[in-house]
Amino acid sequence: MSDLDPLRLTALEAKRLLVEGEASAAELTSAYLRQIDAVERRVGAYVQVCADDAARYAARIDSEMTASRGALAGLPTAIKDNMLTLGVTSTAGSRILRNYSPVYTATAVRKLFDEHIVMLGKTNLDEFAMGSSTENSAFHTTRNPWDLGTVPGGSSGGSAAAVAAGEALWALGSDTGGSIRQPASLCGVVGMKPTYGAVSRYGLIAFASSLDQIGPLTRSVGDAALLLRHIVGGDSSDSTSVELPSRIELPSAERLDGLRVGVPREYLQAGIEEGVRRRFDETIALLEELGAGVEELSLPHTEYALAAYYLIAPAEASANLARFDGVRYGYRAPDCADLGEMYERTRGEGFGPEVKRRILIGTYALSSGYYDAYYGQAQRVRRLVKDDFDKSFAAVDLIVSPTSPTVAFGVGSRIDDPLAMYMSDVCTIPANLAGLPAISLPCGLSDGLPVGFQLIGPAFSENAILAAAHALERAIGFDPAPTFRGGETVEATTEATS
Amino acid sequence: MVTEDDVRYVARLARLRLEGDEARRATGELARILAHVAKIGELDIADVPPMAHVLDVTNVERADKPRPGLERDEALRNAPAVTDECFRVPRMSQR
Repeated sequence: MSDLDPLRLTALEAKRLLVEGEASAAELTSAYLRQIDAVERRVGAYVQVCADDAARYAARIDSEMTASRGALAGLPTAIKDNMLTLGVTSTAGSRILRNYSPVYTATAVRKLFDEHIVMLGKTNLDEFAMGSSTENSAFHTTRNPWDLGTVPGGSSGGSAAAVAAGEALWALGSDTGGSIRQPASLCGVVGMKPTYGAVSRYGLIAFASSLDQIGPLTRSVGDAALLLRHIVGGDSSDSTSVELPSRIELPSAERLDGLRVGVPREYLQAGIEEGVRRRFDETIALLEELGAGVEELSLPHTEYALAAYYLIAPAEASANLARFDGVRYGYRAPDCADLGEMYERTRGEGFGPEVKRRILIGTYALSSGYYDAYYGQAQRVRRLVKDDFDKSFAAVDLIVSPTSPTVAFGVGSRIDDPLAMYMSDVCTIPANLAGLPAISLPCGLSDGLPVGFQLIGPAFSENAILAAAHALERAIGFDPAPTFRGGETVEATTEATS
Repeated sequence: MVTEDDVRYVARLARLRLEGDEARRATGELARILAHVAKIGELDIADVPPMAHVLDVTNVERADKPRPGLERDEALRNAPAVTDECFRVPRMSQR
């Protein structure tokens, strides 16, 4: 099988090739390992590539697992490095976990292992998933395969770049304020954040526990449905996880007659670039051609959502990251005279600048005298943001917007301006605050860089979102193969070890 | 307005050592970020109940059945220092 195109092959097609014997798992895996050999030095999507283990496991699937193959057997998959994998170093992009070897596997990943996926490696991310560009990784900055001088977005930038660059068939990411959808948008792939609780967070290194969700990054909407189907479900190890009311279906819709779609006017005032706006308007016209009714609506508390998020997420992070103290695992500062010095130096030396910034904001917002004005008020705003959505979903089925206000931006262009970086997530954060499912799919190019279109639905409306996104994807006809323009070799600043 | 003393106080609460000009830089950054997020204070919403969580789930319980936990050796595998089957740390305080 020599005509596998890793830049365009979908997982559904790969699955068909394997089931019908037109390709072996070993051939499929080696096609992706070859592409990693060819482009990884320029893209830097991975923290760690597990080439030997992947090839060995794929060969085992071919030779031993002929009768009892899982539903995803032999499909080459990349996993964001904030998900624990037993015995395979899991760094969360942080110096403090550089050599951390997990003693268990995250539930979402284990479910994929149970279906016999082939893990190609662990992908790069902003440290502890805090960032929108992967520039906050302690190891290196991942590059956008469409233009190697630009960022892939973040925090799941490694997963998005791996899929876009044909370095993985598909990938898992995590989304706290847009960390799946924004990089998917910037890299021209599909990314979905499920309803809060749909996927177990057990083994996902916690950032903001009331917002984090694991989800798929894929080359097609159908692939997103297939991958999502196999990671959802209640888990006794995560008390916030629940069973979905219905099974995730593979989408087949071609028409969207009768679908009511709302466009929140506040999202179009959020500094949307002209080229992004043009692709968005064209996609709205396509929705109407497919039979959907499109109306403007208002989500009046949108302008407060970003502010509430940048209090709630750091507050939860400051509590979650208290566990990194140099006692039980991870980095420990050497030669400390006493325990207090060990805590302070371990954390001061182990965390990068953005993580420290968020720990400080979060600790400040939770500290005596400020708690109610900041954290308490942010939680009240969170309810108002959710109420806005609840009211809107009485009138429309789905809400749509651009995923990111801009296309991919230049490496280094926002790293010294935290607020400009935070604005990358202005259209994606509200769905996290309200716990709603949302997808980003590519809807065209602006200046040669991908533009993402976001669909948000009510809680547990994954099937409706996937159906609409699938029909739109057919109508858009986006070619996912990136241009790899510009760029140079990605230098690791600190080598992650395995 | 956030001062450098505030930042040092909060860093101490968070057990986070700031070196060199980190505290000074963080003061400027925090001031800008807090000035931005302070806009939520414009809203008169004291009567809105705070929302900590989107899901309406309380007291989730599982069956109280014994199951194997993490073995001690596994738990200690990633420890920076171990002694007598325990995590080893520097002394609590200087004599």
